[in-house]
Amino acid sequence: MKGNEAIGEGAVRAGCRYFFGYPITPQSELTHYLAKRLPEVGRLYMQAESEVASINMVYGASGAGARVMTSSSGPGISLMQEGLSYLAGAQLPCVVVNMMRGGPGLGNIAPSQADYFQATKGGGHGDYHLIVLAPNSVQELVDIMKKAFDLADRYRNPVMVMADGIMAQMMEPVELDDQYQIEIQPKPWAATGKVDHEGKNLINSCYVIPEEMESLNFILRDKYSEINKNEQVCEEYQLDGADIVLVAFGTASRICRAVVEKARAQGIPVGMIRPISLWPFPADFIGTAANRVKCFLSVEMNMGQMVEDVRLSVCGKAPVYHYGRFGGMVPTVRDVLEEVKKIYSGGAGQ
Amino acid sequence: MQGKADKYLLKERLPHIWCPGCGNGIVLSAMVRAFDKLGCDQDSTVIVSGIGCSSRAAGYLDFNTLHTTHGRALAFATGIKLARPELMIFVLMGDGDSTAIGGNHLIHAARRNIDLNIIIFNNHIYGMTGGQCSPMTPQEHLATTAPYRNFDRPFDIAGLVQAAGATYVARSTTYHAALLTKLIKAGAEHKGFSVIEAISACPVSHGRRNKLGGGYEMLMWQKENAVPVEKARTMTPEEIKGKFIIGELHKSEAPEFTDMYGQLIEKAQREHGGE
Ligand SMILES: Cc1ncc(C[n+]2csc(CCOP(=O)(O)OP(=O)(O)O)c2C)c(N)n1
Repeated sequence: MKGNEAIGEGAVRAGCRYFFGYPITPQSELTHYLAKRLPEVGRLYMQAESEVASINMVYGASGAGARVMTSSSGPGISLMQEGLSYLAGAQLPCVVVNMMRGGPGLGNIAPSQADYFQATKGGGHGDYHLIVLAPNSVQELVDIMKKAFDLADRYRNPVMVMADGIMAQMMEPVELDDQYQIEIQPKPWAATGKVDHEGKNLINSCYVIPEEMESLNFILRDKYSEINKNEQVCEEYQLDGADIVLVAFGTASRICRAVVEKARAQGIPVGMIRPISLWPFPADFIGTAANRVKCFLSVEMNMGQMVEDVRLSVCGKAPVYHYGRFGGMVPTVRDVLEEVKKIYSGGAGQ
Repeated sequence: MQGKADKYLLKERLPHIWCPGCGNGIVLSAMVRAFDKLGCDQDSTVIVSGIGCSSRAAGYLDFNTLHTTHGRALAFATGIKLARPELMIFVLMGDGDSTAIGGNHLIHAARRNIDLNIIIFNNHIYGMTGGQCSPMTPQEHLATTAPYRNFDRPFDIAGLVQAAGATYVARSTTYHAALLTKLIKAGAEHKGFSVIEAISACPVSHGRRNKLGGGYEMLMWQKENAVPVEKARTMTPEEIKGKFIIGELHKSEAPEFTDMYGQLIEKAQREHGGE
């Protein structure tokens, strides 16, 4: 299956009932897939008039208790930031896919990881967090959609799945779960008419009185620390005896895996940590690993964004470097390996 | 054409990126002819484009240009016009660009009657992103996002902008290229918000999927279904059904925004004085 289709099928099997979106490369094939697939299973696909409309339609359907998603890329995701802040403020679950592309501005449709800050540090206004997941294979794209919808519902929070054009176009075999029947927990808070609950359900993020707004912020803060405690996920690769640890997610992590193998073959002890949850960032795992390795190299398709979180996690216990290509450029195995060798001969090897 | 092309087109940018049979090149050449007839001066003209295949036209024109965001070229153009009211501004947009994501900007710019010259390349589809439905895709047509056929009703761009306050509204097609040239010129000469809808063809992303033929057949479709505005006046609604009207559809006089703002400044200074 192609990455774009895998996300679509993953969403269908995760019980997504509604998709609202707007065309943009490199995620348009996902919308084509769902335009065909969702009606087949009695669900709805709609092309909105813009990304601003899409995200607010998502808010509506989510407020009515449904599993709902949207997807976009760069400029479209930027347009959704207001809506995402409102969704977070109103504690509404939904899934947003961002097929990142080169930027800033219109940029290009080539793969990029430049939206890391936007996704993990806010993006919209106000104090809030998205849960951010970054798969690195087509199989994981399928599987992560189920996880994304589950997390969204469990924490009543928007979840973003980040990938890029390479993963969108990539073909890999996938195993699909036959389990179609998804058990979705009741949502007594939803605006579904008054049959299910007593009194009035209000879906809202407007608190005019600062004390009341602060109370909501306290609730959000507690929720975020709960998420931070429970949901950090990463994968380790060849960490045993590693002096240099590469940290990379998504497409960059596929390149780094090859770098680790090549470096090991040349006798350089390199390993990798691949964050799968970008928020919450796997700080605990990286912090512990920092006790036994010599240095970290954060390999990203941006000017250096995740490296800040790696540094915070490492907390001064070891040096943290960054290697990046940007604007739609993808690092090559050779270039990253060169960088590794430079670091190794510069001290990490002694 | 040679002299006009030399003056207004950036030869080094050619050949263009448009697919075989695409109508955008015809709209571009109608624009070049209109610029020539208007005696357009590169020192006092600015071209603003949105995002889409059609907006690429700006890239081939030898004017100062602004490439803007998808759908919002009119907001950028409004900024230029207010900063430099003496400039002649052309705004190039696709049908999705202008009526979907940009629909709000379109009606508000029309309401202000600001002196901008809009050319909407209406190919009835999202060309650049691969054949998704636009708000101009006819009902019952197939699109990559309408595999079960589109049931949404399309906009009537001309009716929409006229109702919103545009003071010059016209429509032509890439088949009726001479008329298109004439209307682009007349729109530019009109003071106020002018909209020229240029019906164009996208054989690759619209025609093929809907078995409408190639570039030639789609041009013939335009020829056969366009009704000149003078003739339409003599026809019954039944006779016009399924066809579309071309020509000058609306022209009226109304105060123009930058003029009104000039008057506002005079008034403020008269009443509340100086620096
Ligand atoms: C905010 C945003 N959303 C989506 C896109 C992707 N996009 C680029 S062009 C386009 C539509 C093109 O269709 P149309 O405006 O009809 O112009 P055409 O290409 O057919 O000339 C879209 C959706 C974008 N660039 N920015």
